[in-house]
Amino acid sequence: MQEINTENTGKKEFVPNIVAFCCNWCSYAGADLAGSSRLSYPANVKIVRVPCSCRVNPTFILKAFQRGADGVILCGCHPGDCHYVTGNYYTRRRMSLLFNFLDYLGIERGRTRVEWVSAAEGAKFSAVMNDFVKTVTELGENKRLQDLRVKEKADE
Amino acid sequence: MIKISRDKLNGALAKIARSCDLFLPVKKAGEVNYGKFDENAEVSLDTLKTVKSAKDFFFPQSETMMKFKLSGKNIEIEDIRKQPEPFVIFGVRGCDYRSFSILDNVFLQEPVDTFYKARRDAATIVTLACNKPETSCFCKAFGIDAAEPQGDATGWLDEKYLYLNANTEKGEKLLETVGEFSQPDDGKAVEELKKTTREITAKLPYSNIDLSRFKPENLNELFNLPVWNELSEACLGCGTCTFVCPTCQCFDIREFKTDTGVNRFRCWDSCMYSDFTQMAAANSRTTQMQRYRQRFMHKLVYYPSQYGGTYSCVGCGRCVNKCPQHLNILKVIKKIGGRKDD
Amino acid sequence: MSELENKLIEKAKILLENGEVKRVVGWKKGEFYHDPSPATFETADGLKEFVYNDFCGANLSKYLIDINKKEGKTAVFLKPCDTYSFNQLVKEHRIDRENFYVIGTECHGKLDNRKLLAAGVDGVTDEKYVGDEVKFSTIYGDKTLKKGEAILERCLTCKGKKFMVSDDTVVIDETEDEVSDRFSKVAELEKMTADERFKFWQSQLSKCIRCNACRNVCPACSCVKCVFDNPQSGIAAKANDDAFEEQLFHVIRAFHVSGRCTDCGECSRVCPQSIPLHLLNRKFIKDIDSLYGEFKAGEVAEGKTPLTQFDTDDVDPNAAADAIK
Repeated sequence: MQEINTENTGKKEFVPNIVAFCCNWCSYAGADLAGSSRLSYPANVKIVRVPCSCRVNPTFILKAFQRGADGVILCGCHPGDCHYVTGNYYTRRRMSLLFNFLDYLGIERGRTRVEWVSAAEGAKFSAVMNDFVKTVTELGENKRLQDLRVKEKADE
Repeated sequence: MIKISRDKLNGALAKIARSCDLFLPVKKAGEVNYGKFDENAEVSLDTLKTVKSAKDFFFPQSETMMKFKLSGKNIEIEDIRKQPEPFVIFGVRGCDYRSFSILDNVFLQEPVDTFYKARRDAATIVTLACNKPETSCFCKAFGIDAAEPQGDATGWLDEKYLYLNANTEKGEKLLETVGEFSQPDDGKAVEELKKTTREITAKLPYSNIDLSRFKPENLNELFNLPVWNELSEACLGCGTCTFVCPTCQCFDIREFKTDTGVNRFRCWDSCMYSDFTQMAAANSRTTQMQRYRQRFMHKLVYYPSQYGGTYSCVGCGRCVNKCPQHLNILKVIKKIGGRKDD
Repeated sequence: MSELENKLIEKAKILLENGEVKRVVGWKKGEFYHDPSPATFETADGLKEFVYNDFCGANLSKYLIDINKKEGKTAVFLKPCDTYSFNQLVKEHRIDRENFYVIGTECHGKLDNRKLLAAGVDGVTDEKYVGDEVKFSTIYGDKTLKKGEAILERCLTCKGKKFMVSDDTVVIDETEDEVSDRFSKVAELEKMTADERFKFWQSQLSKCIRCNACRNVCPACSCVKCVFDNPQSGIAAKANDDAFEEQLFHVIRAFHVSGRCTDCGECSRVCPQSIPLHLLNRKFIKDIDSLYGEFKAGEVAEGKTPLTQFDTDDVDPNAAADAIK
């Protein structure tokens, strides 16, 4: 979690930490395109490049939360367009089950998301990130999947 | 000796809890473990065995020992030791109380474990006599009297009253704290309770289990018995027995990296684990049989040879109840202890 | 000794004596009546310690992973629910079908010693199922409990008396037992608010002492080295130093066995803190059933699992929560 002072009120505004796992073949290039097209997405989105969305296993997502993420988004190629033909189909099943499971444990549903963004969709990438940051900002700080040992230091 | 009627008990406990932290058997999510007293706590003094033992108070499952802070190229060591506030543990059974002296032998010998000692000094321990030991209990085999445990004060419970007797100055102070809830007692009821408990204990199947063969001089002979293979066959290598045991004292020291530094903490370890003592190389005990043997040899042979013949088992029977595959120290003692022919 | 136990011993004896198998995996008498342990018998003479009673809850399949490496054929007694685990292990190439002689063994629900102790039934010396009651003889006298209050949670929602795999069976009493819906508690949790669910799981998981009994007993947890034991993995831990680690361990473990968990219920049986771990696994099973079609792990020893296959029109992860409603 980061906090910034808003000039007028002096109150601290919550700015979430977002981790985005992006597939090398599509959304990572989509992020590039967004940048070169001068479409903005929030600076608090930290991108982790992965060779395919199906490289991401649930430990990655939980570890991101442990290390201070307030939201985690996974971006891959559109179903049917996987560079490795079928990788994202497996991702789809795994993440469906994982997200439902986290919901079952009482973790807020909006903190995790999967989006399919191709290399040509710079505009979509920017829109998706803006929307996800907005959702997570509304949810507030991640408290349910936090590791206090990490937070304790960050707050000092 | 004083007595407090059961309906006033909660008031008395609340009074103690106002002056310092009070820990006692509390039911949470269906299981009874030691927990902190507050007005919502579901106190369960009648529970014979808490799932985890009382050793947590002095030797917690995990504790941060120090912190390293990194700034630039400098490492700063933060000493996070604090003098613990005095606290009261209520309802420690005779077996668990004996376990403290077994742990003391290890942690209070030079070099003294300061974390352990500080907590040990801060505690006032109120023990509680058992009313109806289970068949899995065998504390009597280790010379423990479940009917009259020691500690700073001793308690006995019957249908109507909690009877309390102070054994030390700390205990007397505690009894004074609850003075307004109590009335003096002549000790007759307690004598009855003790008698009943001792009668039950005497009849328990494992109260007189034969430990005679477990002697330091038999170390090599016992170590090489082929029967360990058979005894350990079903062992899954989990740490249940170790973690519910009041006398298991092995720990590991590990580090956790935070954003700006490192926490060094220690946590319980289990000789049943394949990654036990995996420091520079690998676990020296490569098979589960060796690990299994280690645990019982430690309790019944190695520890006694180091500490004047005292066994490092108190007969609480937790491992008897909790082992997933029903392996336990009783089977080991029965198989090896009394027999000389294998 | 019961008639059933006699028959099992007879069967084992014949197999050992005629050399068809080299060893038999079953249960061995303990110190009490209620603490039999899994054991291997290699001689007919050794079988005098063999026992089969209603405390023989252990699923013997897990032991077969190690035994599979031994020379010669092994006979194993499997209860109906254990046969699912056996099939699953064959499917995952952890064991070879031809190395084992599976004897399907009658079961009418196994007793939960913790439930018995809580109900004041201690020192059991004999037991008998009569209708919906269990009659105990104990060293303290006779006691009777309702069957539902005495048997393991998993047996209340028994998957049935059919053996998924067997070379031979020993069944005397063929009656089916009354069972309840195994997903009703999951559905109940799903109906709660997220806050309530979080509170429920926090209180349950905070009891975890990281003894790893659930993992070590689980036939689906067959990794040679678990990530939680591997210092290189970055998530290895011997104790929960922070509440996060309780969640991490149980989420990762449940996810890793999803689509492979046969719901044998061993995890909940062995948990020293009685955490209802089966409710984690059953959530995955329930979701798999409703999203990808009914699937029972271990029903057959071939084919793919729900997570190793896909449909091109599978539901989108962001919509998965609504899709199961």
